[in-house]
Amino acid sequence: MLNHYQNNIMLDKTGIAKRIAKEVQDGYYVNLGIGIPTLVANYVREDIEVEFQSENGVLGMGPFPFEGEEDADVINAGKQTITTLPGASFFDSATSFSMIRGQHVDLTILGAMEVAENGDIANWKIPGRMVKGMGGAMDLVASAENIIVAMMHTNKRGESKLLEKCSLPLTGVGCVKKIVTNLAVIEVTEKGFKLLERAPGVSVQDIQNATEGKLIVEGDIPEMNL
Amino acid sequence: MISKKVNSVNEATLGIGDNMTFMFGGFGLSGIPENAIAALVKSGVKGLTCISNNAGVDDFGLGLLLHQRQIKKMISSYVGENDEFERQMLSGELDVELIPQGTLAERCRAAQAGFPAFYTPAGYGTEVAEGKETREFDGKMYVLENAFKADYGFVKAWKGDEAGNLVFKGTARNFNPNMCGAAKITVAEVEELVPVGTLDPNQIHIPGIFVQRIFQGEKYEKRIEQRTVRIKKD
Repeated sequence: MLNHYQNNIMLDKTGIAKRIAKEVQDGYYVNLGIGIPTLVANYVREDIEVEFQSENGVLGMGPFPFEGEEDADVINAGKQTITTLPGASFFDSATSFSMIRGQHVDLTILGAMEVAENGDIANWKIPGRMVKGMGGAMDLVASAENIIVAMMHTNKRGESKLLEKCSLPLTGVGCVKKIVTNLAVIEVTEKGFKLLERAPGVSVQDIQNATEGKLIVEGDIPEMNL
Repeated sequence: MISKKVNSVNEATLGIGDNMTFMFGGFGLSGIPENAIAALVKSGVKGLTCISNNAGVDDFGLGLLLHQRQIKKMISSYVGENDEFERQMLSGELDVELIPQGTLAERCRAAQAGFPAFYTPAGYGTEVAEGKETREFDGKMYVLENAFKADYGFVKAWKGDEAGNLVFKGTARNFNPNMCGAAKITVAEVEELVPVGTLDPNQIHIPGIFVQRIFQGEKYEKRIEQRTVRIKKD
């Protein structure tokens, strides 16, 4: 099924990260999940001030350290060694989740296995497989006002990840506001998935074919500007 | 000054026994109480319920206790990096309760602060909320979560003094401060036990009142789980 898109210029993971980076605004505190979301930090405009929060207890995360400068006491939520930028702070886990639960973090970007047209998200458990845990995902999705999901439009078997109803155990209910995939930018509305933008070279029909949930198409759908 | 100092990890772990509930600070392998874990392994206590965000790796951290089959139940938010853990979980030898990370932190803080329970939005509408009381506040749904009850809390700090005052470093802080005073007995191990009066009272992260025993830790390995670097361009 995915072969269908091979002649098009649909986005890779970097492209998804680049498009999401455009959603990051001046003065935002941002929490990035593991995977595609982590890449977003590389593409945020340089003329704006943004601070990245990691739920293990740091605000003001910088790039990875140079070799030989790693510090076992300074890591991100993916347990990778990191650095901090001027103005950074460290804090305990309860304070970290006070920032999240208390809605002091402006934007949360995370991956998903499934998103439903009512904004439900599933991203932590596949029954029958080893379950690693939800980490901070349930706290993040239940609390954040502004959640963007970064994911491929379809799974490895070519099945849509944008569904009428999630089939996997939920991480949170009615919480996703926007989805950026390799094919499209979609807003989650009360009526369903509203198509906002197409990836370069991808048609509305391509997106329709890859979307199981209700897709709302109104007027001309512009191509993403990367 | 009320002294909390004990002279060895053995003295610090006096009173531990089978079937107790222990808390362990740390995120991944960062900020874990390495000395206390080693002493628990050596002691052979078993049937433990362990509250810890993660479960270590195969040959370090709580993985050492798992390897000796000393743990009966784990309460964690993420347990991904440990094959022995996976084997025991799938075979049913190990009982695992996965809970949201912020809920885990807050259940520690609630115990520390004397709150029996609290409402959180995390997990509402998911299997985490099954069987729990839920309630609406201002149009949003919340789940009632209880404070933890534990026998011992094992934490690790960067610096501490005889009064039990603690200072943490970097993201090795994580759950450690939230677990201080959250169990019946809090055991703190420090990289550097400094003379009383050395630490600036303005800079103390955890006051000694939350700590019952403090000792100078030894031979910290401070392993890095995901060493990630960038290349220096000239």
